[in-house]
Amino acid sequence: MDLSYSQKQQDFRAEVRQWLAEHVPAQPLQTFDTAEGFAQHREWEATLNSGRFGMVTWPEALGGRGCDLIEWLIFEEEYYRAGAPLRVNQNGIFLLGPTLMEYGTEAQKARFLPRMATGEDVWAQGWSEPNAGSDMAAIRARAERKGDKYVINGQKIWSTRAVWADWVFGMFRTDPDSQRHRGLTFILVPLDSPGVTVRPIPQLDGLPGFAEIFFDDVEVSEDCRLGDEGAGWSVAMATAGFERGLMLRSPARFQETAKRLVELYRENRASADRDPAIREAVMQAYLDAESYCLSTYQTACRLSQGGKIGAESSTNKIFWSELDQSMHATAMSILGARAELWPHAPDAAGVGSWLDGWLFSQSGPIYAGTNEIQRNIIAERMLGMPR
Amino acid sequence: MDFTFSEDQYLFRDSVGEFLRNEVTPERIRAGWESPTGRDDALWQALTELGVTGLTVPESHGGLGMSAVDFVLLAQECGYVALPEPLVNTALVAVPVLQAVGGELAATWLPKVADGSARVVCGLANNQLAEDAHVADLLLWCEGDALFALHPGQFTARANASVDPSRRLYAIAIEPGVEPVLTGAAANAVGGLAMRRGALGAAAQCLGLAQRMIDMSVAYTSDRQQFGKPIGSFQAVKHHMANVAVRLEYAKPAVARAAYSLFTDDPGAQRHVAHAKLAACDAANLAAKHSIQVHGAMGYTWEVDLHIFMKKAWALAGTWGDSGFHKACVMDYLMYDDARLGATGTFS
Ligand SMILES: Cc1cc2nc3c(=O)[nH]c(=O)nc-3n(C[C@H](O)[C@H](O)[C@H](O)COP(=O)(O)OP(=O)(O)OC[C@H]3O[C@@H](n4cnc5c(N)ncnc54)[C@H](O)[C@@H]3O)c2cc1C
Repeated sequence: MDLSYSQKQQDFRAEVRQWLAEHVPAQPLQTFDTAEGFAQHREWEATLNSGRFGMVTWPEALGGRGCDLIEWLIFEEEYYRAGAPLRVNQNGIFLLGPTLMEYGTEAQKARFLPRMATGEDVWAQGWSEPNAGSDMAAIRARAERKGDKYVINGQKIWSTRAVWADWVFGMFRTDPDSQRHRGLTFILVPLDSPGVTVRPIPQLDGLPGFAEIFFDDVEVSEDCRLGDEGAGWSVAMATAGFERGLMLRSPARFQETAKRLVELYRENRASADRDPAIREAVMQAYLDAESYCLSTYQTACRLSQGGKIGAESSTNKIFWSELDQSMHATAMSILGARAELWPHAPDAAGVGSWLDGWLFSQSGPIYAGTNEIQRNIIAERMLGMPR
Repeated sequence: MDFTFSEDQYLFRDSVGEFLRNEVTPERIRAGWESPTGRDDALWQALTELGVTGLTVPESHGGLGMSAVDFVLLAQECGYVALPEPLVNTALVAVPVLQAVGGELAATWLPKVADGSARVVCGLANNQLAEDAHVADLLLWCEGDALFALHPGQFTARANASVDPSRRLYAIAIEPGVEPVLTGAAANAVGGLAMRRGALGAAAQCLGLAQRMIDMSVAYTSDRQQFGKPIGSFQAVKHHMANVAVRLEYAKPAVARAAYSLFTDDPGAQRHVAHAKLAACDAANLAAKHSIQVHGAMGYTWEVDLHIFMKKAWALAGTWGDSGFHKACVMDYLMYDDARLGATGTFS
């Protein structure tokens, strides 16, 4: 055990810090749930990529730096510390990217990864359907093989950022007689294909952060299939593994929120201390964010030494999503009567972005596999309780 | 950056752990409850023969010179079996206190700890009572601004019964005329060291206790049937245990980091220990709460072994710094203008 950074790691941190200081936009971008904000974020991805900071864990040939997971954590820490924009293409770079590297053909990698890295192709994820939520194996959207093409019919829903995205990756039933997770195939679909209709769905904040996607005889060529026909479930599970595992929510994000919460508390001591639960919750937020960071470093070190991500990674999704919710709940308590105000309201001085964060934190326990499903997985696969 | 234990550290933990699981059975613990001292000399003898009592004693004094990082995994194993003997106290608290005092005291007693010829334990007036003072050949006692090294006869010990029948606790009254070995700032510094070390030991044991309660609950709920099915197949039962697993999983790295900070004298060590103690005690308390629930009435009996582990967890929560003590430490830091918060504040 050695909890100090090597010279190389410190140099890398310094390089990232300096580059971000020179490039992070002085004015925060608009939210990517608007057309203009989406375009701004897409441009930011290109800027990041020009500094080879788009996806530091990717190989150099793909515009990355071949960083290990510790360097990735360092990058993330600097990124959140600098208040840099959220990643509009996270479904691409964090989820599909690693899956493509594992299951894609050379031609697919060459076709998709560079454009993903520059933000030219922003990706949406298409798992959920109206009748396949937690029960993902109930997917019904069909992809029928016709020669060297698939013809897709059906519907996906809750697809994040699909309103302005370029492509969607999803799972479709290629074997009409199949049951459950057999007979599903992982297919990549351009969202501008004839027969695709994207219907925006406004979220709690009123903005269309996700969408329904309707497929009406949509033709895609066979080379848009990732992995073997019928093997979609295992390919998708790899994506879900990355998502729950490490990439989706690095600790830096929550540590910055915890820091802002401590600052908010310190600025509002006089009123906040009237509710003794607030002080306790602020402290717990700091400790839990710290625990999440420590645990992630431990996992990253273990994986770097050849270990595997196991069922205990299901604890991760529960931990960060509930931490995020409770941190925002605490901020709302501190803000009291101002908590309900949008920051642009004329009398909303000092409310920051807590309301937005509070709304979004409500979705954490739902997306990426609900926390109830995660608890089932922990009980059955990690603890070995009976099904 | 390498936040992992080594192969050797795991191997050592596994071999001592196996010994403890075989030897320190619930039956043996219960037998100890009936004995006057509550301590099992044959077991202590076996532990000294394994060399574990002298693990942290420096090699120059006949020990193995292991650090808090090496020992912390073992302390978890001690928790897993609810070991009544004061191994964690001796190795993690008393030995470093002897080393900190140094001089003749250390030169006399460290070799005896290493070869098993003496039992040395450390107590703090902050804890109110001293653990295992009745079997100690030397009691290191920190009280106010003074550190005493007490031999039997130099103090009287009034026994106090604990909810955990394995814990033997004593109020200490020092005989008139006994002089402290350290006073003032030096004694305070050693008292602080003892508190941090003791808290780490309690935290590590709580990790083991929580794991034991999870294992017992999983086994019980897989076996016990109601409504024609194992009760462990009901989601309400599963989710209780999953919640414990989550808290435990995130307490573990905090304990490992606290051990490392003590080992490296990190300036944040006090706070890291506070974090570890709070997180591990939380996990163990939650494990107790949900484990008794999923055992039903069985869990409320003296007969079923669960209470051996629950009671130790409850007891450890209040000692070596109660939650108020450790929370105050964290809170003070958060109110401190130069606190390193945020994404780059975890490691120095
Ligand atoms: C902000 C946001 C973004 C999203 N982005 C995407 C995306 O980009 N792509 C995509 O494909 N999907 C996306 N989703 C959808 C998400 O994956 C689903 O919402 C999720 O899988 C749950 O499915 P559901 O909403 O149909 O809820 P349901 O499955 O109907 O669940 C409702 C409730 O019942 C509980 N429940 C269901 N089954 C069980 C069970 N077996 N045991 C215990 N409890 C159970 C659930 O835990 C939940 O509390 C997103 C969702 C949100 C909120």
